[in-house]
Amino acid sequence: MSSNTELVSTYLIVERRSADHEKEMSVPIVTYVYDDGSEHTVQVAVASSLMRTALRNEVRGIVGECGGAATCGTCHVYLDHSTEQFAPPSGDEDEMLEWTAAPRAANSRLSCQLVPTQEGAQLVVRVPAEQV
Amino acid sequence: MRGVVVIGAGHAGVEAATSLRAGGYSGPVTVVGAEGRPPYQRPPLSKEMLDDGGDPEALALRSDAFFDDRRIALRHGPAVDIDRAGQQVHIAGDRPLDYDHLVLATGAAPRRIALRGRSLGGVAELRTLDDALALRASLAGAERMVVLGGGFIGMEVASAARKRGVEVSVIELADRLLKRAVSPPVSAAVAAHHRAEGVRLCFAEQATELVGSAGHVTGVRMGSGRVLPADLVVLGVGATAEDGLARRADLATDGGVLVDRWLATSDPRIIAIGDCAVVCDPGAGTRQRLESIQNATDQGRYAAARILGEKRPYRAVPWFWSNQGSLRLQLVEVAGESDQLVVRGDGARFTVFCLRDGRLTAVESVNDPGTHMAARRLLERVTPSEAELVAVDYDVRALARRVMARETAVA
Repeated sequence: MSSNTELVSTYLIVERRSADHEKEMSVPIVTYVYDDGSEHTVQVAVASSLMRTALRNEVRGIVGECGGAATCGTCHVYLDHSTEQFAPPSGDEDEMLEWTAAPRAANSRLSCQLVPTQEGAQLVVRVPAEQV
Repeated sequence: MRGVVVIGAGHAGVEAATSLRAGGYSGPVTVVGAEGRPPYQRPPLSKEMLDDGGDPEALALRSDAFFDDRRIALRHGPAVDIDRAGQQVHIAGDRPLDYDHLVLATGAAPRRIALRGRSLGGVAELRTLDDALALRASLAGAERMVVLGGGFIGMEVASAARKRGVEVSVIELADRLLKRAVSPPVSAAVAAHHRAEGVRLCFAEQATELVGSAGHVTGVRMGSGRVLPADLVVLGVGATAEDGLARRADLATDGGVLVDRWLATSDPRIIAIGDCAVVCDPGAGTRQRLESIQNATDQGRYAAARILGEKRPYRAVPWFWSNQGSLRLQLVEVAGESDQLVVRGDGARFTVFCLRDGRLTAVESVNDPGTHMAARRLLERVTPSEAELVAVDYDVRALARRVMARETAVA
């Protein structure tokens, strides 16, 4: 009985792994672009924001001091291109964006609030020179 | 070159190390942690990490490769002693580290209180990720939680527990919540929020004993003799600076490691930053120890700049936030003694302007992030007088815009 259970659970894990693997094939991709023309392209892990993705991948220029609570305004980016449609900034994010270190533009966002979920999504964000 | 040793792998220590490299420091940089884990973020420990789904892996401050690439060595301590004459730090079970500059970023630990029953099962404290994971597991089986202390940690934990359907009572010795940190109108709003979420608040009460059965806590006895039933008790009665290492090394300490305006301890080769440091400004007659991310990261950056030759003293406008369920509290500066409070907004969303001697000293916002950010930008630049604030009916957005526009015009 117990060995049966074990077999079933092993099978389930194998199933899940392959599902994860497929997902990895088409994870969202983000390119961070800088004023000096340099860029940095990385994959976005499941349920990861563009702020967290930047910090985990050594992408410079994004501070994220508050850890993603939309409360410090130090993960400001300009969303230049995205194949995924995001909801517009919430009231709180909208207010924070008025006071970021670099000036706000029509496509300004807090990258901690951008969590791409669409398979194969492609995004390009410009990183401002100043965050603090 | 002996290099820089940073003791403490929290937000302050990691910021100091990474800022050294970002600033071009080429000598050895070593960060000594005490927890045997790579550096992680602390604010979520009392918030998201207490939810069922919070992923501990997502807390990593940086990737392992990040530290490797920057030649920042992470050593698992703890550091046990500083040999100031020999400029060496002794590490438990490891070879000593030489330093040109030593940065103490040892943080703060939950205040120890003498309370009978505190070693019973089901009595929790919150400082580390391990503490948070243990508390999260306890919350899964808990029915009634009592929090001792109505401070930030206690109230954030209360929110997380309510979200998970646990009954919550908070026992606070003072007559209101967050008394040491915020003005009465903010305390009242925080209390109303928690009451609406079903949290029971007991003010002017003190726990005298934790009672238990079969080694597990069953209740909290209060001064009145009444026992509040509980199967989980969280001690949230504040924190004290971790200054034991500094004291053993005969550095000046008094409720933390004493530092001057350049964050130097009584030994000029040793800097102290973050929760463990008490900044003394004899000219202004102030001594300030802050427990916040802003203070940790700003002082971390400054420590690196100082080692790289910065001559100006440390200066930053303190700010702070606390998310308690849907309530967002944001503070700029520390109010201390105010002689005038001006409130703008309504019950659900408002800001308190704290003044002393006719000058703005602190700004406390409840669900009002735009005003908070404007106040930060303003106080980074000027300290407005009451007359200037009255002239714009306390519209700090307008005032900040004007001050910033003047700056641009001058530039």
